Amino acid sequence: MEKRVTFKGLWLPLLLVLPQIVITAVFFFYPAGQAIWQSLFIPDPFGLSMQYVGLGNFEYLLGNPYYRASFVTTAVFSILVTVVSMGIALYLAVLADRLIKGSGVYRTLLIWPYAVAPAVAGVLWLFMFNTRVGVVSWYLGLLGYDWNHVLNGEEAMGLVVVASAWGRISYNFLFFLAGLQAIPKSVIEAAAIDGARFWTRFRTIVFPLLSPTTFFLLVVNIVYAFFETFGVIHTITSGGPQQSTTILVYKVYADGFVGQDLGSSAAQSVILLVIVGLLTIVQFKFIERRVHY
Amino acid sequence: MELKHLLWGSATAVMVGAPVTAQTQVEFWHAFTGRLGELVAAQVETFNNSQSDYVVEATHKGNYSETLNAGIAAFRAGEQPDILMVFEVGTATMMAAKGAIKPVYEVMADSGADFDSDAYIGAVKGYYTTAEGEMLSLPFNSSTPVLWVNRDALEAAGIDPDTDMSTWEQVGGVLDKLKEAGSECPMTTAWQSWIHLENLSAYHDTPFATKANGFGGVDTELALNGDVQVAHIQAMGDWAKEGKFIYAGRRNEGGANFRSGDCALFTESSAGYAGIKAEAKFDFEVRPLPYWASAVDAPQNTIIGGASLWVMAGQSDEEYKGVAEFLNFLSSAEVQAQWHQDTGYLPITSAAADLTREQGFYEANPGTDVAVKQMTTNAPTENSKGLRLGSFDQIRGIIDEELEAVWSGDKDAKTALDSAKQRGDELLRRFEQANR
Repeated sequence: MEKRVTFKGLWLPLLLVLPQIVITAVFFFYPAGQAIWQSLFIPDPFGLSMQYVGLGNFEYLLGNPYYRASFVTTAVFSILVTVVSMGIALYLAVLADRLIKGSGVYRTLLIWPYAVAPAVAGVLWLFMFNTRVGVVSWYLGLLGYDWNHVLNGEEAMGLVVVASAWGRISYNFLFFLAGLQAIPKSVIEAAAIDGARFWTRFRTIVFPLLSPTTFFLLVVNIVYAFFETFGVIHTITSGGPQQSTTILVYKVYADGFVGQDLGSSAAQSVILLVIVGLLTIVQFKFIERRVHY
Repeated sequence: MELKHLLWGSATAVMVGAPVTAQTQVEFWHAFTGRLGELVAAQVETFNNSQSDYVVEATHKGNYSETLNAGIAAFRAGEQPDILMVFEVGTATMMAAKGAIKPVYEVMADSGADFDSDAYIGAVKGYYTTAEGEMLSLPFNSSTPVLWVNRDALEAAGIDPDTDMSTWEQVGGVLDKLKEAGSECPMTTAWQSWIHLENLSAYHDTPFATKANGFGGVDTELALNGDVQVAHIQAMGDWAKEGKFIYAGRRNEGGANFRSGDCALFTESSAGYAGIKAEAKFDFEVRPLPYWASAVDAPQNTIIGGASLWVMAGQSDEEYKGVAEFLNFLSSAEVQAQWHQDTGYLPITSAAADLTREQGFYEANPGTDVAVKQMTTNAPTENSKGLRLGSFDQIRGIIDEELEAVWSGDKDAKTALDSAKQRGDELLRRFEQANR
């Protein structure tokens, strides 16, 4: 039977959760409320005047084909970053898990990229793929491939995905490795004795037992791809060519800080807020059911 | 000994320290780093040492966009500096913020400083004056696009390096020959919207936007899809397709390709001078920006790019006096001539240009006066005074996207420019609404 400790009265528990509530209110609810409030206006940049437009900012945004295309770009980008970074991390973790000697060194080396800030990672990848002086693009040129992410939208997308996923592999690797090591060896050994080969064991035992880790990483990586990849995109493509790498959060920045259109920027923040909320609900409602703890 | 030194030190510190607090502080936020940052710091130091009433404190606030945003955020918090550097595309934003700025002509008049707006070069100050000719902000660093030529590359391709390239028709012929001779990069560019649309329009005396390029009101619309612009962008698009024009990026990425000797021709700001001179290991030359002989008999003038200094509202009269003094100091012929010669930026007054000529700088550095001549040969018209468009930084982004579509062959020039106009106009309408 579950044992629950409860406080009597109302004041003590309220007092104990008060710091948490205050922090959430000041740093989350207040700015979010401000964003919602501002999204109803078209202000001038200096805050000298504001005009109430109701849902005009949302109408303007959703009527804009480039903004609608940005949803697709964001979805493609997030899925690619998540799949690439988690896939490679899982592969590496499985390999590292089987190592008997030297796994410490291996682990340490793989964690390093995580320490590189996204903007710096962006610059590094940009150098390698620079259309005229980049090492990689030069070798590609030797192979007869004319790399030009400055004009080719698909190549630009590929480059920002690789640069964003790269730093993330380390993080995912750590969690996958920890998850793998938490799986009882006896279960796997029992399967092996029953004659299950590696792939069968992985598919029927390891992967299902790893699902809490995978689920957690899925949520975290999608949020990462949505918000934290800004630095990579800003340094490599600035959202171009022809908006093919303009994800939603980049457009918030571009409209707000390049265009000084704070009304549109606030409305976009509200839309992002709603999307992330929906995504989280979907993830916990539907995907978590398949997770075995 | 040691103690004595220490006492002396603190005594002088007190003596020097006392008047400092009595001086009026003038805050100046700018966007310069590196060599330009050092030159600004030197100007400020000279000013501070030249008098004892005011102390200018210069602070670097990031790149142009970041500096503008820092100024806006500071104003909203009531902590704005006295002087804010704003790039030319932010002019309409600043001008529309009537309660946030104090026009330079007013600052000068109120402080009783000696100020003659006629001393400034028309094509330079025109960008920052009202339709009535009142100066709103002080031009600080201004440049204009020119054609940079790698003479060695022309010679290697069997072309006379002195060949006439005044017109785009002639440039087209040179590009053909360069390509035939196997050049990997006959021509590249920096700042494509600024050079190949904004300046192209002014140079051919064609509107870039209605309402006198936005000087006549915020209800302006883009007009960049006219015949001259479409013909030029189509020609560039064809050259891109044939490998004669190599696109390197939206900003000045192409500069690296030219300085390394890869590219033969390069359209870039006249302020690229310092970098090219320092790095180029070949014989280079500055030529005037080409024009289309099929469109005009002779070119009008090009317009500037760069930044100007805006005076923010809400400061004390004492501080405004200091601001006026500092701005006057910056406009003086000696300071301007030095700045012009050190950086390749244009002089802002005719006196500074004359002084530079007298000092023999143009003879010692051939080509450095090309930009000055290109700007000053003709008096600016409604179409070549400058541009005053809201959200212009973002509109440039849209233009960049559409031009990239032309360079990659996805769109023809007409479709792309029509689309740029339509998308840009949407932003102009938003700006109009925000500044009603």
